[in-house]
Amino acid sequence: MLQFLFKRLAALLPTLVGVTLVAFGLIRLVPGDPIEIMMGERGLDAQTHAEVAHRLGLDRPLWAQYLHYVNQLVHGDLGQSLVSHAPVADEFKVLFPATVELAGFALLLAIVLGLLLGLLASLKRGSWLDQGVMSLATIGYSIPVFWWGLILIMFFSVDLSWTPVAGRIAVEYDVPRVTGFMLVDTLLSGEPGAFGSAVSHLLLPGLVLGTSTLAVIARMTRSSMLEVLREDYVRTARAKGLSSTRVLVVHALRNALIPVLTVVGLQTGSLLAGAVLTETIFSWPGIGKWLIDAISRRDYPVVQAGILISALTFIAVNLGVDLLYGVVNPRMRSNH
Amino acid sequence: MAAAPASPWRESWRSFAANRGALAALGVFALIALAALLAPWLAPHDPVLQYRDHMLAPPMWADGGSRAFPLGTDELGRDMLSRLLWGGRISLGLGLASVLLSMLPGVLLGLVAAFHQHALAPVIMRVMDVMLALPSLLLAICVITVLGPGLANTAIAIAIGALPGFTRLARAAALAEIGRDYVTASRLAGAGTGRLMFAAVLPNCMAPLIVNASLSFSSAILSAAGLGFLGLGVQAPLAEWGTMLATARDYMERAGWVVTLPGLAILVSVLAVNLIGDGLRDALDPKLKRAA
Repeated sequence: MLQFLFKRLAALLPTLVGVTLVAFGLIRLVPGDPIEIMMGERGLDAQTHAEVAHRLGLDRPLWAQYLHYVNQLVHGDLGQSLVSHAPVADEFKVLFPATVELAGFALLLAIVLGLLLGLLASLKRGSWLDQGVMSLATIGYSIPVFWWGLILIMFFSVDLSWTPVAGRIAVEYDVPRVTGFMLVDTLLSGEPGAFGSAVSHLLLPGLVLGTSTLAVIARMTRSSMLEVLREDYVRTARAKGLSSTRVLVVHALRNALIPVLTVVGLQTGSLLAGAVLTETIFSWPGIGKWLIDAISRRDYPVVQAGILISALTFIAVNLGVDLLYGVVNPRMRSNH
Repeated sequence: MAAAPASPWRESWRSFAANRGALAALGVFALIALAALLAPWLAPHDPVLQYRDHMLAPPMWADGGSRAFPLGTDELGRDMLSRLLWGGRISLGLGLASVLLSMLPGVLLGLVAAFHQHALAPVIMRVMDVMLALPSLLLAICVITVLGPGLANTAIAIAIGALPGFTRLARAAALAEIGRDYVTASRLAGAGTGRLMFAAVLPNCMAPLIVNASLSFSSAILSAAGLGFLGLGVQAPLAEWGTMLATARDYMERAGWVVTLPGLAILVSVLAVNLIGDGLRDALDPKLKRAA
């Protein structure tokens, strides 16, 4: 298993180098003078220009600049925001838990409901339930995230006033920040009603972000279950008189989950992309909104960091899924 | 078409047409595409003309609606129906353009990688790995950051996001064909690499590529709308479905139609293309059936 892990990590190395090259190149490819871009000012006089270039190391050859950048990254230095002048890494630490909380909730919702619906559909193949679930799933992955968000806000927040429109918690609560995860922090604070407020703020954005993943998982679970139920080992299990629940859970579902697991890994990408849109609609203070705001403010170090962090998260989750895959399906370990 | 055995395309069409949902979706999509194509003749108004006396006029079936603006007007008094029709040209056109822009170079790169497994493949595939490390919408955002927003840049950005998918698929499909006898025979008959690539191998790789093209067409429509919504795509006053939604959100409490209509246009188009894609996959590539 350890060997499998090392092999996977080694295979990732070129990708990691590539991703840092993209982030490094991004700020230099933006039209305009990189020094003025990095200072966030235009029309610097020649002397300041040279000073800044020297201070930022921009007068050195590109490869040296790149090595310097990677060295900074390794030490957790993501540069400085042009707008707030705070270290990007500090802003990131505050915002990242918000995105993880949102995406984690969305994923949880998608996995639980997706598995359940897919399983039901596969067991009642051809019934109205199956057709209904599959039709909804097709709509679910065709729906534009941002529009779905607006429609839900219009219905639940504006018309029914059930859920709040934006943010992570109502303004009257002042929850001390411990972990950065609002659900945890509100529980720790012991303030009555704070946890409920946090949950109600999370419901709509979580549902919006999770919808397409839910749809994909439901479809995948259904088709994967239908395939597995036809296998000989399931027929054998039935023939030797095992209870249908046992056959279903131990023999069928466990094997049907393998392709579903891959889908979950791939879906992290669409969750990250969806987070950008969802956070923008719900004014959710996470890295997606941070990235978009930074683009409109031309705060390039933040854009650079946001892109890099998204890529690293995606890579890390897929590595995790690969490893899990190795655990679930031992054949994978020797093949790769 | 008098030949006894049906041509493979005819056979595929028959199996596609047997799928009612896909056929209906094809009809719906054809209608939408036709309406978009005929926008200059169908649209009752100029899509950017502002009727300042009729701002946020409701659709004609609602109270206070009029026949002059069948689907109402937006916050600047522009006719919604006309904007939706013209917007269809941009949204669908962007989808089509970005699929072509990613499919052509993607397939070429994939074929080159399949034919030069030792020299070029590692380089091409590593670059694709890096591109795949970013979700395609984020990759598109990256490109927009460098190029700036706008119509052409949106198409380019989305195309770059979809490129690795085509390259990988084309390479995998080509690798499966390269070892076959007909390719060897063609090579022995003296065919050059170019001829082998495009005349021998490529036609036999088309099924998965067509399926992928239809699915990336629908995700391109979604991405274009998403970028427009974020203010990074097509810029106002051009009518594009996503861009229309970006400004509409401030008025959704008073004028629901400015939000519902463009979104429905996106949803119905994407849904239709996805259903067509599912139908194509079942018809052209039975092996892929199980992949959701």
